[in-house]
Amino acid sequence: MHPASSPKAFSMSRRILLPLVAVAVAALIVASLLVGGYDITVSNLFTDPAARNMFVISRVPRTLALIFAAVAMSFSGVIMQMITQNKFVEPTTAGTSQWAGLGVLTCLILAPAAPPLVKMVVASGFAFAGTMVFLGVLRRITVRSSIIVPLVGIMLGAVVGAVTTFLAGTFDLLQSMSAWRSGGFSGIVRGFYEPLWAVLVIAVLAVVMADRFTAAGLGKDLATNIGIRYERVVFAGVTMVALATGITSVVVGFIPFLGLVVPNLVSMLLGDDLRKNLPWVAVIGTGLLLACDLVGRTVVAPMEIPASVILGAVGAVVFIALVLRQRRHVSA
Amino acid sequence: MIEFADVSKSYQGTVVLGPVSGVIEDGGITAVVGPNGAGKSTLLTIIGRLLDPTSGTVTVGGMDVRTSKSRDLAKHLSILRQENHMTARLTVRELVGFGRFPHSQGRLTPQCREKVEGAISFLNLADLADRFLDQLSGGQRQRAFVAMVLAQDTRYVLLDEPLNNLDVKHSVLMMRQLRRAADELGKTVVLVIHDINFAAAYSDRIIALRDGQVVTSGTVAEMMDDAVLTDVFDTPVEVHHINGRPTAVYAA
Repeated sequence: MHPASSPKAFSMSRRILLPLVAVAVAALIVASLLVGGYDITVSNLFTDPAARNMFVISRVPRTLALIFAAVAMSFSGVIMQMITQNKFVEPTTAGTSQWAGLGVLTCLILAPAAPPLVKMVVASGFAFAGTMVFLGVLRRITVRSSIIVPLVGIMLGAVVGAVTTFLAGTFDLLQSMSAWRSGGFSGIVRGFYEPLWAVLVIAVLAVVMADRFTAAGLGKDLATNIGIRYERVVFAGVTMVALATGITSVVVGFIPFLGLVVPNLVSMLLGDDLRKNLPWVAVIGTGLLLACDLVGRTVVAPMEIPASVILGAVGAVVFIALVLRQRRHVSA
Repeated sequence: MIEFADVSKSYQGTVVLGPVSGVIEDGGITAVVGPNGAGKSTLLTIIGRLLDPTSGTVTVGGMDVRTSKSRDLAKHLSILRQENHMTARLTVRELVGFGRFPHSQGRLTPQCREKVEGAISFLNLADLADRFLDQLSGGQRQRAFVAMVLAQDTRYVLLDEPLNNLDVKHSVLMMRQLRRAADELGKTVVLVIHDINFAAAYSDRIIALRDGQVVTSGTVAEMMDDAVLTDVFDTPVEVHHINGRPTAVYAA
């Protein structure tokens, strides 16, 4: 046992670290509201009507969209990790997001003029079906080692992604799909991001069901022992993940790895009691996505690198670090 | 009283259990023994409603385990399996707190907290209560799971190989605690156990299974007999009385 991981030292660092994180995320929110092509400061918000307009039409929606998308994807990650009992599963490693993408494309092909709500329902439906396929495959394989499970999901996602690309090529929609794949927040303005408010409902529901999801993470037998209907919790979880992923997919696009990185970081700090750690999953997820978006906005200004591209790079590194850490744990 | 009638389980036509019928009286400790593959764990998990039988019915304290609501059952019956593969990172106290879920639906009342702390100290886990389970040894983790089941405070407690992962010292401590749970808390404890001598020393009744059938059952005195054990384990077993305790000797 390392001295640093003794419970007392741990709770000390937690007591200092978590408030610091909260302050940092608050600062990132302010930065996200102020940084951009148009010069907005706290003072000219009150004096310059053009600045105020810019603020309300673009900056506030963009920042809110970032927060909602971050909560949607990190909560989706936590829920999926609990119901699959695997730390590497999240919407992009289980194929959920890729299925949502196929749903988006299906809409573009069959009903290009469909209102956003219809697209979201279709994308969520695809995401739900795809996640059920993933869980169904998991049930049929006997080797459920921690690495096999996300591998299955990544392969399923790759197949769905390939079908999507083929269809997009056939119907001359490759450009739309590549824009979708590099989910960015540059186009988010008022009148476009509002469906993301629905994420708030899903987030509240996740908090209400927190204990049930944690219990699902104890495994089917222990959950059943304490009177929980495991299958129902799994069904509710998949539905919530599919909705959150579907909505985020339509409004923003593909956001990889957030659901992987954030829950694992929080788990290391606080453990997996969701009642306790869901607020921190939201805060840290928001902070990470805001930071990626801000980097993307500033490094090549006035151009932008989509947040998901930066997140992909960060997430890949963290993913590998987690795998290595896990191996050390097992061999130790 | 636990009653199972014509219970059987088969997988793709291969019968692994039964049909078996029997009764486990209230109170005390009942040990289920038998060779590997006898169907002990299968029977226990069917009684604990974690596994659906192919046929037959099970009632625990008058409740049919297949038709009663799972939440109601969880207040009367708790079951702990041998392998508890879990990836969720919880502290001992958080895990034991989940034992109260059937009573509190997650909102721990002061009475719940009392039961949680009681179960933690009952299994000598007070020093480890704030540790994460992945920081514990296999034996400590096993005790934490048993504490969770005791915090659930059910009249019937089913344990599949609770001595799994425990060394001799902790096996003895665990059996003493279970004895106390039966004697002081009035629980009906049913456990699957490999070591016939542990079963003889700490339980009141023994049920012996072999090849998916109940071979025989009775009090410890009746069961600790050369002929009975030789038959059950299909290997020569002699019972000697050492310090007044019936002790099976089988490494001849």
